[in-house]
Amino acid sequence: MTTLVRKIYSVFEKDKEVVEVKPQPYSNPYLTGIGLGLVLLAAFVIMGRGLGASGAMSTLVAVGVNTVAPEHTQSNPFYSEYLGDGSTNPLKDWLVFEVLGVLAGGFISGSLAGRVKKGIEKGPNISSGKRLIYAFVGGSLMGIGAKLARGCTSGQALTGGALLNLGGWAFMIMVFAGGYATAYFLRRQWL
Amino acid sequence: MNAPFYKFGLFNFDVSLIIAFIIGIGFGFALERGGFGSARILAAQFYFSNMRVLKVMFSAIVTAMLGVYYLSVIGFLDLSLIYISETYILPQMVGGLILGVGFVIGGYCPGTSVVSFATGKLDGLVYILGVMFGIFIFGEIFPFITDFFYSTNMGSVTLPQFLNLSYGMVVFLVVIMAIGAFALAEWSEKKFAHRNPENQI
Repeated sequence: MTTLVRKIYSVFEKDKEVVEVKPQPYSNPYLTGIGLGLVLLAAFVIMGRGLGASGAMSTLVAVGVNTVAPEHTQSNPFYSEYLGDGSTNPLKDWLVFEVLGVLAGGFISGSLAGRVKKGIEKGPNISSGKRLIYAFVGGSLMGIGAKLARGCTSGQALTGGALLNLGGWAFMIMVFAGGYATAYFLRRQWL
Repeated sequence: MNAPFYKFGLFNFDVSLIIAFIIGIGFGFALERGGFGSARILAAQFYFSNMRVLKVMFSAIVTAMLGVYYLSVIGFLDLSLIYISETYILPQMVGGLILGVGFVIGGYCPGTSVVSFATGKLDGLVYILGVMFGIFIFGEIFPFITDFFYSTNMGSVTLPQFLNLSYGMVVFLVVIMAIGAFALAEWSEKKFAHRNPENQI
């Protein structure tokens, strides 16, 4: 009798372990890369264009600024390019919908692997507040750099790289150069 | 049937937005699988301890590049109809440098920050707000840097055209270079395994 009780108990205990979501390890990087490459290839074959990310954020910024100060955006060619001629809603944009998909796809993959968890990604030797300041500052530089380069890691490095675009490859080399050149000064944040 | 389908009028703009969403799901799914929702793993690329960024990016570039090349060789895909952005070499290189610095400081790039936010990370959301602030700053200074932004225009130029080599030859060289980079990445991960964040989780 006691063994039976113990057995049942152990089954429940096992269940408990299963319920307690343990994040799965990330997938093999080479297989993931091939998968990502096939998604990019699908974009080329179906749409005749590659992937992007910063473009969608630019549209959001342009729409936001236009809501607050419409005269201001009309006189600035940077904003007006994202707003179009007014005949269609600027948010009805290919990259905006693609990035909404990225949000959904990231959530689906993370949920399936038990990796959706509230938190802050940071190194062991930095406070959360400091990490968030770094995230904002780094993001701002990224926004300026991506606009100057006419695209980010997705639009220039990945898409341009696969299409053997000269600008994309020059850009990619400089991204790695900039990263490695400053990594030493930021080691306290990550190591 | 000829590709790109959209350029041959197989479907209209509204349908293309649905396709954008589906392709985006694939994009986000792959990024999350690769570990790109984690700033620590992304940043470790620059400390040689975790080379996922390089491995995933170059496998993806090689896969898509070979696909585009062979599909155009067999006459299925019209390469001239795929949009290739024009090269403005100087602003693009300066932009790349600033972006690389932003990458190490912030821990993400725009696409990966969206995935990070999707998996519940607050720093991912703050990063996205930072990117939008940076774009706003760029928009505000744009009238003053217009000349630089449009300088050194080389038109739509590819590596085969620039290096005066055949398309197939450049494809071959990129594959060789990627294999070499993978070998170096494996070596470097072994050497710096003690500070690889993936081993600490």
